[in-house]
Amino acid sequence: MAEVEETLKRIQSHKGVIGTMVVNAEGIPIRTTLDNSTTVQYAGLLHQLTMKTKSTVRDIDPQNDLTFLRIRSKKHEIMVAPDKEYLLIVIQNPCE
Amino acid sequence: MEIVYVYVKKRSEFGKQCNFVDRQAELNIDIPPNPELAELFVERNPVDKGIQCSTSMSEHEANTERFEMETRGVNHVEGGWPKDVNPQELEQTIRFRKKVEKDENYVNAIMQLGLIMEHCIKQNNAIDIYEEYFDDGEEVEVTEEAPSAKTINIFRDPQEIKRSATHLSWHPDGHRKLAVAYSCLNFQRAPVDMSNDSYIWDLENSKAELALKPSSPLITLEYNPKDSHILLGGCYNGQIACWDTRKGSLVAELSAIEFSHRDPVYSTIWLQSKTGTECFSASTDGQVMWWDIRKISEPTEVVIMDISKKEQLENALGAISLEFESTLPTKFMVGTEQGIVISCNRKAKTSAEKIVCTFSGHHGPIYALQRNPFYPKNFLTVGDWTARIWSEDSRESSIMWTKYHMAYLTDGAWSPVRPAVFFTTKMDGTLDIWDFVFKQCDPALSLKVCDEALFCLRVQDNGCLIACGSQLGTTTLLEVSHGLSTLQKNEKNIASSMFERETRREKILEARHREMRLKEKGRAEGRDDDQRDEELAADLQALVSKAEEEFFDIIFSELKKTEADATKKPVPQQPSSEEDQEAEGENVVEKERSEEETSA
Repeated sequence: MAEVEETLKRIQSHKGVIGTMVVNAEGIPIRTTLDNSTTVQYAGLLHQLTMKTKSTVRDIDPQNDLTFLRIRSKKHEIMVAPDKEYLLIVIQNPCE
Repeated sequence: MEIVYVYVKKRSEFGKQCNFVDRQAELNIDIPPNPELAELFVERNPVDKGIQCSTSMSEHEANTERFEMETRGVNHVEGGWPKDVNPQELEQTIRFRKKVEKDENYVNAIMQLGLIMEHCIKQNNAIDIYEEYFDDGEEVEVTEEAPSAKTINIFRDPQEIKRSATHLSWHPDGHRKLAVAYSCLNFQRAPVDMSNDSYIWDLENSKAELALKPSSPLITLEYNPKDSHILLGGCYNGQIACWDTRKGSLVAELSAIEFSHRDPVYSTIWLQSKTGTECFSASTDGQVMWWDIRKISEPTEVVIMDISKKEQLENALGAISLEFESTLPTKFMVGTEQGIVISCNRKAKTSAEKIVCTFSGHHGPIYALQRNPFYPKNFLTVGDWTARIWSEDSRESSIMWTKYHMAYLTDGAWSPVRPAVFFTTKMDGTLDIWDFVFKQCDPALSLKVCDEALFCLRVQDNGCLIACGSQLGTTTLLEVSHGLSTLQKNEKNIASSMFERETRREKILEARHREMRLKEKGRAEGRDDDQRDEELAADLQALVSKAEEEFFDIIFSELKKTEADATKKPVPQQPSSEEDQEAEGENVVEKERSEEETSA
């Protein structure tokens, strides 16, 4: 339990990280550092996107699986680490 | 068997309206049945044929009323919560969350994911993987094509006795016509029956559209930029002539010979005036005259090109080329036979003040003088074996110049579309195209147009077509490649920065020279006072010793000559007697020398 706290704190303290959140398989945000409405939006949208991505990867090659999803946009980068039941989402602003 | 019906109609009735008339039916042909033909066929019994028996239907189209459709999004509020948890209630949600966090799976999962995530975060912070290494703001259009030019057309002098094409002028409305002036510039060497005609060539039909017949051959010819029917010509005998192409080939107006130039008129230019009838001309007699063609019998104004500002015709410099830019209407420049460019002001009160400043640097007559159409402060001069670019600010020398060529340069012009491109023609028949943002020591393109010398050059306003005239009267029309006739990106900036840089360099050099000269003067003045007294005394002595030396030198050389002659004569036979003679000669010389010394 303490390790989880520590890990999440560490991630949040990295340079450029805007927000961190943990979402479960049903799209319910478990842990978040952003406000509720943003979290809900991110959770819902990214959950669907991750599902889609996973199925795409597995469609192309059934032996394959999705390990990480990175979405780079003009303003920042959204990183999604999927698991069987949970999703770890981090929004970072890569300093250029 | 053909069935033919023949009818006859009179020729006079062709085209007449039809009058229909009823008449009885006529039997034209009667073909009875022929049972023999039945033998060629086989009877078919039974015959299968499909028919359809159904209700007959018709097809119609109908337009229904418009069905309004709307696109809407669905906003999913928090969902996914299990049934027993009410998402609005904070307490329930918190409880749920806490429960999940205690789950072991959760802990393991987060640890794992955390590792991966950290790796990527650190990656992001370490390097920017999407970095643009080459900031290509705009696509750089690299024109791969090398500069080139090709000959489109050649116009030859239709006369038997070939004269040189001395001046060209494009029709102001486009590139359909070209006026060429023909004359023989060799002093008094024009053959007796040489024709005086000059021609206007029609480029589309490649033939001479109109012949202009002056009384004396034309050296220069210009279209009036405001009225394309009027042409101005300068004659070999110094008169100015004016033509109207609507009126024919004879001279419309001619200046009186008493008031015209005394030498051939080498350059005439139309001025920008409201009436469009003013022009000025220059000639090697040292005068620049202003004319109004409505009253062409005498000039409205005369300026003498005397740079000592005393207005003496004897001291005047012969003018060969004129320059006038309509954007600077009060100034004009004159290029002279002596290699000096004189910049003048039209609006000065006294004639002496008309001459503002001079630029010298050429060794021979300046055949072409033109301001850069984009940067009028800089101008191009072509003369002797070089072409030079000057800036009005730098009066002592040109800011840029080409190397000395093998052949004399005869004419030059800037390109009207590209500020860094200019053209020059040479006596060996080559046309050089210079592009100094591309290469400065050599022309970008050098073309051999013909074997004889090229005398004149004119670029058409679109920058694509160039006409050049040669010594035998052949006018060649060239088209330049696209790259040389379109303005390149940044070219204006580069050209102006080059001009500025060179002007600055010249200014620095000028300042340095001035400093050195002042120093020299200062030093010379200091020494002068001391030296003057000494000099007077030393003078006589120096003169005497010098005279003595010279005297002795002459004597010795004479003696040596006589010795040489004496030894040369009895060469083969008596070498011993020669030596004796030499010895004798020497003795004689020595005696003479000692005698002279004692006498001095």
